[in-house]
Amino acid sequence: MTEAPRDASARRSDEHETGVGLPRLLWVPATLAFALIALPVLGLVLRADWPRVPALLLSEAALDALRLSLLTAGISTALCIVLGGPLAVVLARGRLRGLRLLRSVVLLPLVLPPVVGGLALLFLLGRTGLLGRGLDVAFGVTIPFTTAAVVLAQTFVALPFLVVSLEGSLRTAGRRYEAVAATLGASPGLAFRRVTVPLVLPGLASGTVLAFARCLGEFGATIAFAGSLQGTTRTLPLLVYLERETDVDAAVALSLLLVVVAVAVIAVARPRTIEVER
Amino acid sequence: MSRLDARVVVRRAAFSLDVALSAEPGEVLAVLGPNGAGKSTLLGVLAGLLRPDAGHVRVGDVTVADPGSGVHVAPHQRGVGLLAQQALLFPHLSAVGNVAFGPRAHGVPRREAERRARELLAAVDATELADRRPAGMSGGQQQRVALARALAPGPGLLLLDEPLAALDVDATPAMRSLLRRVIRDAKQTALLVTHSALDALVLADRVVVLTGGRVVEQGSTRDVLGRPRSPFTARIAGLDLVPGTACPEGLRTADGTVVSGLRGGEALGPADGEPAVAVFPPAAVAVFADRPRGSPRNVLHVRLAAIEPHGDVVRLRAGAVPGGPGWVDGLAADVTPAAVADLAAEPGAELWFAVKATEVGIHAASR
Amino acid sequence: MAAAAVAGLLVLAGCGGGATNGAAAGGSSAAPEDRTLTVFAAASLTESFGELEKQFETGNPGVDVVLNYGGSSDLAQQIVNGAPVDVFASASDSTMKAVSDAGLVDGTPAVLAKNVLQIATVPGNPKGIASFADLAKPGLKVVVCAPQVPCGAAAGKIETATGVTLRPVSEEPDVKSVLGKVTSGDADAGLVYVTDVASAGDKVQGVGFAEAAQAPTTYPIAVITDAPQTELARSFVNMVTGEPGQKVLGAAGFGAP
Repeated sequence: MTEAPRDASARRSDEHETGVGLPRLLWVPATLAFALIALPVLGLVLRADWPRVPALLLSEAALDALRLSLLTAGISTALCIVLGGPLAVVLARGRLRGLRLLRSVVLLPLVLPPVVGGLALLFLLGRTGLLGRGLDVAFGVTIPFTTAAVVLAQTFVALPFLVVSLEGSLRTAGRRYEAVAATLGASPGLAFRRVTVPLVLPGLASGTVLAFARCLGEFGATIAFAGSLQGTTRTLPLLVYLERETDVDAAVALSLLLVVVAVAVIAVARPRTIEVER
Repeated sequence: MSRLDARVVVRRAAFSLDVALSAEPGEVLAVLGPNGAGKSTLLGVLAGLLRPDAGHVRVGDVTVADPGSGVHVAPHQRGVGLLAQQALLFPHLSAVGNVAFGPRAHGVPRREAERRARELLAAVDATELADRRPAGMSGGQQQRVALARALAPGPGLLLLDEPLAALDVDATPAMRSLLRRVIRDAKQTALLVTHSALDALVLADRVVVLTGGRVVEQGSTRDVLGRPRSPFTARIAGLDLVPGTACPEGLRTADGTVVSGLRGGEALGPADGEPAVAVFPPAAVAVFADRPRGSPRNVLHVRLAAIEPHGDVVRLRAGAVPGGPGWVDGLAADVTPAAVADLAAEPGAELWFAVKATEVGIHAASR
Repeated sequence: MAAAAVAGLLVLAGCGGGATNGAAAGGSSAAPEDRTLTVFAAASLTESFGELEKQFETGNPGVDVVLNYGGSSDLAQQIVNGAPVDVFASASDSTMKAVSDAGLVDGTPAVLAKNVLQIATVPGNPKGIASFADLAKPGLKVVVCAPQVPCGAAAGKIETATGVTLRPVSEEPDVKSVLGKVTSGDADAGLVYVTDVASAGDKVQGVGFAEAAQAPTTYPIAVITDAPQTELARSFVNMVTGEPGQKVLGAAGFGAP
């Protein structure tokens, strides 16, 4: 009763805290690493033709691309949650044989060049692909060159980000809380909804942000599988790549737009598991 | 308030557990045993988290496990609660939310469940914690809320898995007496797994000692701990116990002898007239050939019953002197071999055991 | 450790940018026979320039021609940013202009070839496409280059000239991507260069159309200012624009300048 509460504020560092210090040698590569990330972005900012930037960003092509990027990244992220969430649960809690193999397959899109993913999708769902041919013959549906193709490509590359991050937090949470819930009379379903899901919410949030960011930046799989058409399949990265051919200023302005969107996503979501815990 | 009747058989490659135990409604049964004795396996089987190979588990009238006839009731349908070492409060719920979780899972409407939760929080002296999240509570506070949570669904059987082991030393006595009070008040049938003789003494009516997956000793707590028959019990018990009733100075034995001792704070100790036990370690006992004078100690006249080598020290076992009180029988004093030589004591000699009041703890005891 | 990593990076950078540089410097200081000629060429010239490289090396013993193919605008940007190059052969006037605007073209660019668009269909031409106007038929999946790249600009010109408006399902960033969408069978037809159809062999079927001549793409070639091997560079350009080069380019489907 008289113990000090384990309040977060009690653990927050104050200016008197010195810690154990860091080896000085670490600062050199750490600074280089930071510079490697920050300086190119700074270069982009300096290279921009600022007086023209508003006009470049308000062009119909740019607005269409932004709208399409946000729409497809949003849908893809939702798909990642709906499909990847249960997959993460199976990977973390399942007792199937071959689960390790399953996990390494799930990780493939992290390792594969996205353009390979796009080709793979094409060979599966393209008009002459394994499944695509059937879809075309049976329903007259073809997927390439549609917004749905963009969503599929983005989901393909972003899914592992969500699965890995959610699986990690499911493992960290462990089954102990679920066992406690069971001894309190909660069925497995109820324990999952009322205990497991809230426990892994931070992991789900950070996975969602990562997946959304990955969707926004998707290029290779999209161009290979979905093509590029304004308003339908031409997302911001595709437009950047195209504008670079003729109008570098436009490409730079659009790149900056992507940077701003990315920073906004990280700032708004602020996934706790990404942020350093103090 | 259900009867527990169980025989649990679990066979593993390097280990087998075969234990029969029972607890009457409202009875608290302590399971003592060294690491690897099978205590966790036993708890797992009773909670339904493990399947036994043979035997049965009955809680009240319901058979919740019987591999012979294929019965295995899922943990959430057993009505078996658990309070473990770690409180494991759900971090995303307030104290009320945690305590109301069980009733809610049983379909009690939210308002009713929260009302019951607040009542239980009051019963564990945690009213002021009701709306706090676990992250803002101390370990002792968390464990109190966890106790309320475990009781909330009204389990037929409550499993207590070393509930005090992870607490700060300062928080342990308060939690121990709270556990005792709440479990007695609720007439809760409970099974307590512990390493601590004191926990068993304060909380349990009966003790089962488990070693290598078998019951090696059982009986009333005071009998088992007061006269240990297995090496394990002797080691962990190793305490001198004097039964009686609480009185202002400490404890009064049945024959009227007063043993002075500390009651562990006004709020925590037993009330005057309540059954109690005085507890002190044998190492705190000084031994004299003649009655020591002018000292504020508890001085007991005994007859030396046995001399037992006990590691670096020698344990002197007391027996009753003719015409003296019987309760000194079995009391132990640990002294150095040199002291034994000085006393020139042999079994049958009359000696005086002296122990300072500050070394004697007075605890509420069962029956 | 960090220092080692940085040193490693610098070595790598040195290798990438300076291979031709170092070899060229070594060549000029040592025997005059051991020389390296670096040529940046548009990707559509790959097959023809591969053949010409052999011929040039046979005619000039001790000379190693290093060819770097890529998208014309990428190559132009590399040159503007200081890549050590002797000859630049581009697939568009605008990219060559970017290089000459930077003051990096020695003299005036020459035209080495012309290319015209052709319709590429899946083998057998199941949709029976016979003319440019057929591409506007509803229900047809047509893929073209984006207007930002030369092949797309050419397609736009033809649309204007014929009054036929295409509704492509995709505007790809380069002509090889257009070809890829046709060879995979996902598009019914694509607008590519006649040389692309030739190089794709039997994976696609070419359908020529007269209007293509109204929007030819010209391929300029130039010696780069301060080229490490100026004399060799001029000699290479002469060969490409002269009879031996024209013969090879003509065989690949290019039109004479």
